[in-house]
Amino acid sequence: MATLHTRSAARLMIAPSVLLLLAWMIVPLAMTIYFSFLRYNLLMPGMEEFAGFSNYSYFLTDPAFFQAIFNTLAIVLGVLFITVVGGIALALLLDQPMFGQGIVRILVIAPFLIMPTVAALVWKNMFMNPVNGLFAWIAKLFGLQPFDFLANAPLMSVILIVAWQWLPFATLILLTALQSLDEEQKEAAQMDGAGAWSRFIYLVLPHLSRAITVVILIQTIFLLSVFAEILVTTNGGPGTQSTNLTFLVYAQALLQFDVGGASAGGIIAVILANIVAFFLMRMIGKTLEA
Amino acid sequence: MGSITLSKVSKVFGAHAVIPSIDLDINNGEFVVFVGPSGCGKSTLLRLIAGLEDVSDGEIVIDGKNATELPPAQRGLSMVFQSYALYPHMSVRSNIGFPLKMANEDKAVIDKKVADAARVLNLTDYLDRKPRQLSGGQRQRVAIGRAIVRQPKAFLFDEPLSNLDAALRVNMRLEISQLHQDLKTTMVYVTHDQVEAMTMADKIVVLNRGRIEQVGSPLDLYHKPDNLFVAGFIGSPRMNFVSGAPAAAYQAHTMGIRPEHLVLSKENGTWAGTVGVAEHLGSDTFLHVNVDNIGTMTARVSGDFAVTHGDRVFLTPDPQRVHRFDDKGLAVR
Repeated sequence: MATLHTRSAARLMIAPSVLLLLAWMIVPLAMTIYFSFLRYNLLMPGMEEFAGFSNYSYFLTDPAFFQAIFNTLAIVLGVLFITVVGGIALALLLDQPMFGQGIVRILVIAPFLIMPTVAALVWKNMFMNPVNGLFAWIAKLFGLQPFDFLANAPLMSVILIVAWQWLPFATLILLTALQSLDEEQKEAAQMDGAGAWSRFIYLVLPHLSRAITVVILIQTIFLLSVFAEILVTTNGGPGTQSTNLTFLVYAQALLQFDVGGASAGGIIAVILANIVAFFLMRMIGKTLEA
Repeated sequence: MGSITLSKVSKVFGAHAVIPSIDLDINNGEFVVFVGPSGCGKSTLLRLIAGLEDVSDGEIVIDGKNATELPPAQRGLSMVFQSYALYPHMSVRSNIGFPLKMANEDKAVIDKKVADAARVLNLTDYLDRKPRQLSGGQRQRVAIGRAIVRQPKAFLFDEPLSNLDAALRVNMRLEISQLHQDLKTTMVYVTHDQVEAMTMADKIVVLNRGRIEQVGSPLDLYHKPDNLFVAGFIGSPRMNFVSGAPAAAYQAHTMGIRPEHLVLSKENGTWAGTVGVAEHLGSDTFLHVNVDNIGTMTARVSGDFAVTHGDRVFLTPDPQRVHRFDDKGLAVR
C-alpha cells in the first residue's frame, strides 16, 4: 500500500464489505428506534401511531426496570468474580505436572461446549430440583431440609449456572497465560527468598493481569445478554427476582405483546451497554499498554 | 565464609546420568569458572549448587554447613540468570530491592542498600525505569544489583553474557572482574566460551559429559593440559593434533602443538604445506595450512608475514612447546 494509487484502490475494494456491514447494523438499529417511538401492540394490529417518548417513560418508570438493572449487574459481577477467582485457582492446579493431564484438561473445558439451554436444564432438573436433585439428596443424607434453589435464591442460582458455564473459558485463557510465565523468573524469585504466596502475589498475578483483563472484557460482553439460562430455569421469576434487562425486553415484546415498549427497552439496553463498554475499553487500554 | 564443597555429587534424570559423580572444592573469595561444550552438565551443576535442582546423591557443603537439603533461599547464594529473569512489571528499584523485601527488611534499610548497589553499578539514573526500557547491558547490571544487595556468601552466574553483543560482552567481562576485586566474594561462573573462562577465572573447571576433566588456573590449563579434551578446548585457535609417524618422533601416540608455537618459514622447516585460507586480523594472521601427508594445521603468525592462498610454506614445531599424549588421550609429561 505504498502509493496513493494502491491506497485508493484498496479503499475501493474494501467499500462493499464496509457498506454491507454498515447496513447490517444500521437497518435493525433504525427500525428499533422507529418502533420505540410508536404505540405498537401486537394485539391491536393496524393501530400504530406516533407516541413520542411515552414508551421510554413507561419503561424507565417500571419498577421491574430497576430490578432488572440490578439483576443484570449482579449477574455480570457475580459471574466475573466466580470465574476469575475460580479460573486462577483451577489454572494454578492444572499447571502442576500430574498424571492424565491431557484428559483432565479436556474434562475442564467440557462445560463450555454444552449449550446454555441444556446446561441450565441439567442444573435445574438434576442438581437444584428440591425433590429429585442431587443437592436435595445430599441435604437429605445429612438429615437437612432440601433447599429449593430456584424458588428461594433464583438470582444466585442463575449466577451459579452461568458461572459454571464460563469457568472453563476463564481457566483456559488464564492457564495459557500462566504457562507463558518465564521459568527463570520463578527460579529467580525462589533464590530471592520469595515463598509460594509471595511468588503468586508479586510474580504470577502481575503476569496474569493482561489475561484477566481479556477474560473480563469478553465475558462482560456475553454476560450482559444472558437469556437462555433464565428462560429455561426461572422464567425471570419469582416475580421479577431473576429478570435481567434482556429478559425484561423479551417479556415486554413477546409476553405483553408491546413491541413499542420493548423497542424502547432495547435502545436503553444498547445505551447502557455502550456506557459499560466505554469504561471497559479505558480499563483495557491501560492494562494492554502497560 | 563463602567456601563451597561438593562431594560425590551426582544428578540422574530418569536413566540418564547427567553428572555421574563430582568432587570439587571452591575456596572462599575465588572466581571459579565452569567451562565446557553445551550439554556437558555445567549449568546443571550450578543449579545443584543453587538448590534449583535436587541432587540424586552426594553432599553439598556451603560455608561449613551441609546445604544438600536446604531450599535455595536459605543457602545464602544469589544467582544471575542467562535471561536476567528481571521482574518485568517492577521498576529497577523494586527489582533490586525484591530480595530484601522478601527478607522483611526495613523500608529505610532497603532504600539505602538499593541506592548503594545502584551507585556501584551506575544505575542511579535508571532506578524508576522498567526493565524493558533498559538496554541489554543495563538489564544485566540490574540482575547483578539484585544479586549483590543480599550480600550473599557466593554469586552464581549462569552464562550471563551470552545475550549481549560482542563489544558489550568485553565490557561486562571487565565489570564483573572488577566487581570481584571490590567485593572479594566467591563467584561461580558458567560459560561455554573459553575466552571468558581464561580472562576472568582464578580457577577453571573444565567439564565434559558431566565429568571434571581438569581443574586449575587458566595458565596451568594452557601450559599443562591433562588430556586431549582440555588441550583442544582451552586456547584459540584450537591446538593442532597429529598422530602417527610425526608423533612417534616425540615418543607419543598423539602430539599436540598450539598454532602460536609453530614457527613459519618460506624457505625450510620440518613440515611442508600449502596455504589454504589466511585469516588476516591485522596484528596476527591465522593460516590454515594443508600440510603434506598430515592434513590441515592452523598456525598463528605475525600480521606482516605476507602469504596468500596457494603459497608453499614450511612449519616447525617449537620442541619445548609440544604436548604429548598416550593412546588413552592422557598427557605424557
